[in-house]
Amino acid sequence: MSDDEDEIILSELDDDELVDQMIDDLYDGMKEEIEEGVNILLSRGWAPYDVLTKPLVGGMTIVGNDFRDGILFVPEVLLAAGAMKAGMAILKPLLAETGAPTIGRMVIGTVKGDIHDIGKNLVAMMMEGAGFEIVDLGINNPAEEYIAALKEQNADILGMSALLTTTMPYMKVVIDTLKEQGIRDDYIVLVGGAPLNEEFGRAIGADAYCRDAAVAVETAKSFVARKHNQA
Amino acid sequence: MIPSDATLTREGADLRQAAPQRLLLIACGALAREVLALQRLHGWDHMDLVCLPAILHNTPQKITPEVTAKITENQGYYDRIFVLYADCGTGGLLQAECDRLGVTLLKGPHCYAFFEGVEAFAAREELTAFYLTDFLARQFDAFVWEPLGLDRHPQLLEMYFGHYDRLVYLAQTEDEALTAKARAAAARLGLRFERRVTGYGDLAVEMEREAGR
Repeated sequence: MSDDEDEIILSELDDDELVDQMIDDLYDGMKEEIEEGVNILLSRGWAPYDVLTKPLVGGMTIVGNDFRDGILFVPEVLLAAGAMKAGMAILKPLLAETGAPTIGRMVIGTVKGDIHDIGKNLVAMMMEGAGFEIVDLGINNPAEEYIAALKEQNADILGMSALLTTTMPYMKVVIDTLKEQGIRDDYIVLVGGAPLNEEFGRAIGADAYCRDAAVAVETAKSFVARKHNQA
Repeated sequence: MIPSDATLTREGADLRQAAPQRLLLIACGALAREVLALQRLHGWDHMDLVCLPAILHNTPQKITPEVTAKITENQGYYDRIFVLYADCGTGGLLQAECDRLGVTLLKGPHCYAFFEGVEAFAAREELTAFYLTDFLARQFDAFVWEPLGLDRHPQLLEMYFGHYDRLVYLAQTEDEALTAKARAAAARLGLRFERRVTGYGDLAVEMEREAGR
């Protein structure tokens, strides 16, 4: 970053310039600048939902695209995600107060035997940013925990994540248990994780395999819209 | 002569003999030393060895196409090909491709598993262990510290390793200096250190089986 850029004073930028600058700052993982930008936009009367979607989700979408295209790598994505999370922490209570739209509810967690939650956390954050309500079960979840949460929370979507070749077959155990209980079709089942692929998703009976967080968001939106149209 | 670890990591190595032998081993560069040691020990002169860059370990989606290309390039010159990879995060795609091409693949999810013995490794059900082998202990910075950005962004450590509680060094050889390196890696990651001597495990067993075919 050059000295010129260091001298940018966020509060002196107009709204459009500030949003563009925040998108750049998010890309660079600048957490404090994002917090400052969020507060400035709120003080200018922006709706929390607009602050969330324009600079934060907008910025993170660019990060996601560049990750997909091999321009950015995992550490940079995590820094950007950390900055977005800091901005969301300011917005979350305000979004709850203002009754921002909720598209659907998702129960998400890594499967039994798997402690790798970086991908799951990114998906949860982007889904939340897109207007989904997230019930995050964390790591190492047996089928009964997923299913209990789906029922208790009256969820629309189940999201399962695995990083290991040895743990990904457990997703089928969860889906088979849903079938045994006669509730498989009550939920949209999305799966993801580095060793998975579309064929695996189909073979275990998931509704879709999502290769990254952006795809998860788009897939979830499209399935929820279809579900609502059927209802 | 064995290429340097840096070469095995980034470039791989073509260690074939002047004239093609009966059996071609296509291996991950991380296994080169172990495979050559076993060949020397048993006098398996009828095997040729070619190694792909070990750093493919960090981008498993590239492993299957790279191995496939190497198989098809060589299949006409050898009686048999033995692929010295485990699943290595390919989600079953490498096995499917090896089946399609009629070549053998090592069993197990990763090299950690076959060094310890696939069944013994699975039976431990160690969720919270991070593994190093001899090669990975030597190349810890190139495989772990730098690609994860921990040299530039140490604040990410908790995000990557927060759920791990120990580093298990699966030692193929007795090497005090390497053990010290692995111990230091555990300290850098904030993990408890454990060392297990595995020798060559299932790698030796499966190579021996293939040698006798």
